[in-house]
Amino acid sequence: MHREETGAQQLLKLGIGLAAVVFSLLLTALVILLAEASPIDVFEKIVEGIGFSGQGADILRISGVINFWIPLLLVCTGLLVTFTAGLWNIGVEGQMMMGAIFASYVAQFVFLPPVPQVALEIAAAALGGALWALLAGVLKTRGGVHEIFGGVALNNLASIFSIYLISGPWSNEGGQASPPFRSEALLLPYNNEFKVSLVALALMVVAFIVIFAVLRGTRWGLELKAVGKSQRSALLLGVPTERDALQALAVCGILAGLAGSTRVLFTYGNLRPLVSGGIGFLGLLVVLLTGTRALWVPLISLLFAAVLAGSTRLKIALQLDQSLVGVVQGILVLMIILANGVRGRFFAARQAAADGASAAGKESAHE
Amino acid sequence: MSRRLLLSLVVVAALLLPAVSTLAQNDEFVFGLVFVGPRNDHGWSEAHYTAGRYVEEHIPGARMVFFESLNAADAPETTLEQVVDEMVGEGAQIIFTTSDDFEEDTAAVAEKYPDIIFVSVSGDDVLAGTAPENLSNIMGIMEYGKQIAGCAAALATETGGIGYLGPLINAETRRLAASVYLGARYCYEHYRGLDPDDLTFTVTWIGFWFNIPTVTLDPTEESRRFIDNGADVVISGIDTTEALVVAGQRAAAGEAVWGIPYDYKNACGEAEDICLGVPYFNWGPAYVDMIQAVRNGEYTQVWDWNGPYWDDINDVDRSAVGWVNGNGLTEEHAAQLDEFIAMLAETAPEQITKDNIDEPGQQIGLWVGPLNLQNGTVLAADGEIVPPSAVWYLEQLLEGMTGSSTAE
Repeated sequence: MHREETGAQQLLKLGIGLAAVVFSLLLTALVILLAEASPIDVFEKIVEGIGFSGQGADILRISGVINFWIPLLLVCTGLLVTFTAGLWNIGVEGQMMMGAIFASYVAQFVFLPPVPQVALEIAAAALGGALWALLAGVLKTRGGVHEIFGGVALNNLASIFSIYLISGPWSNEGGQASPPFRSEALLLPYNNEFKVSLVALALMVVAFIVIFAVLRGTRWGLELKAVGKSQRSALLLGVPTERDALQALAVCGILAGLAGSTRVLFTYGNLRPLVSGGIGFLGLLVVLLTGTRALWVPLISLLFAAVLAGSTRLKIALQLDQSLVGVVQGILVLMIILANGVRGRFFAARQAAADGASAAGKESAHE
Repeated sequence: MSRRLLLSLVVVAALLLPAVSTLAQNDEFVFGLVFVGPRNDHGWSEAHYTAGRYVEEHIPGARMVFFESLNAADAPETTLEQVVDEMVGEGAQIIFTTSDDFEEDTAAVAEKYPDIIFVSVSGDDVLAGTAPENLSNIMGIMEYGKQIAGCAAALATETGGIGYLGPLINAETRRLAASVYLGARYCYEHYRGLDPDDLTFTVTWIGFWFNIPTVTLDPTEESRRFIDNGADVVISGIDTTEALVVAGQRAAAGEAVWGIPYDYKNACGEAEDICLGVPYFNWGPAYVDMIQAVRNGEYTQVWDWNGPYWDDINDVDRSAVGWVNGNGLTEEHAAQLDEFIAMLAETAPEQITKDNIDEPGQQIGLWVGPLNLQNGTVLAADGEIVPPSAVWYLEQLLEGMTGSSTAE
């Protein structure tokens, strides 16, 4: 790895990043113009929707961003673990759903004072997510089913199971949702301005810090990295690869389950169809975009949460075709890939040249 | 120099003038619409969107703000409360939440904003007595439209098989499916001279108002299945047009099949030649009434179940529910259908409200005994009228229909 960079190099790096951003913004502007809207209006409304305008910050809107960021970053944090171990945990969406279902069970059928009640719901959600992830893991290690296929199937199963519960045993006459949970069973917002659950926020922060530290500084983290780079070599070197893979999936399942619990215990206050809302898949995208570089994950996930939450305002204020928001999001992805790719390629080539094509030169493109 | 100054002043004034006149135009009235699906679904949501545009045309200064596709799959980042927060921020004074799916959340936000009027479309909070004062409910008596649809299907069918694509199971969807069945039985017997017990009427519930991959059954697939199993008329009870589209594809492949879409006046456009017609909602007049009332400070809480304007059920300014014939209907059948509609008109209340719903003698078309529920219990004895509240809260499908009455 090459930590020492000259000032010129740093400037160049920054320049390339900026150029990518500018290019993507221009592209977005062009698309918006084609949709016969004003790009400036669009950006302005998104920024307003995130909570910043000429009149200062809007705490309520910022809360909206944070409330979407919480499950997203929880999921991303879990996926950091599985990606490090070289696992494609597509099943993360279903693990979220299972977490939501387990939490919903406790919320409806266990009656405790608020603090132990919510604690038990969260613990149940973690358990539900972990079990569902382990199922994918066992299918892989024992059944030889690749985790991608197992995950897709388990996602469907979790979704079908939730629909069955909602329309059958947990149905609320007339609605396509469970009855609303009583308020003692919910994660409550801090206040009416900052409408964020501090418990959920704390879970998110602690989870990220712990996982970050574990991946960086423990033997287990190192083992996962070894497994991720080459399972065969890791096994030959004495790493218990099967156990590590299962553990990685379980940890991801726990975090996905927690993410699912925030959806039912905070966002909606009951169980609904597709309560996970594709957040697991968005998490996969975010972690892939960062190239599994942990420190970037909170930032990129926040960026996505902000653009999505901000788009609520955009949609109402400008009444554009709703697919335009998808286009803006797509271009955001492109922007990050461009910034990453161009920079990575450029510097990998330079360093490779400088190092006389040493192996370390290629490393820098990854870590 | 001074000429240039003058010229620039004129230019500046000309530029400012429109801005000033907009400022003076202080009578803007903002209303909000929240849709569960896309505004161009050619079905339920588009009918509401069309009504919003109608309001803008008929009330000077009225401006619609809307949010489409509010559901956990399409907008996971947004809740109804956040949408309402934004709409109130835009100045909305009345907000229509246009799906059964929003019923509970609407009641909750109505408590949060006591000064804003909410209209939960298709809900029963007011009837049930659980709504705060600022929450009203409206619905169309689509039971008429569905009886007409059932009649059209019975006139056209050659196999005696009718498939009904239902959304999720609740009282509303049960009574609408049952209304189609009643219309079909009547016309099969009276115009075709056939035994209505020979009709095969199958209901498949997909699980939501429209297709959500991995969550619902696929309506396209289910429509094909109807036809494969011998139905030759496929009727939509969902928000979108898959039933008609599939019927159109099969007809293009040479099969004798027809389709009947739902909700939106122009829905036949998806497959005009084999469309028998469409029962649709015309929400515009009810929206205008509500908005005028709010604007004039004359709002009172209502639960209105609005029927067709019988002199012309397609009168865009008066009729809440209509029916448009499709090209798939023969002239003979169209004439018979007109006769059937005229018969419905004889019995019908044009509006049922929370105050008159329990008045005796209100007959919604064919909702008169002898009628049994699916499990055989008597809904109405021979000649007995099913009261509107029993239709509204229909607990099961009717005897003779194939399909589930409850989700379990």
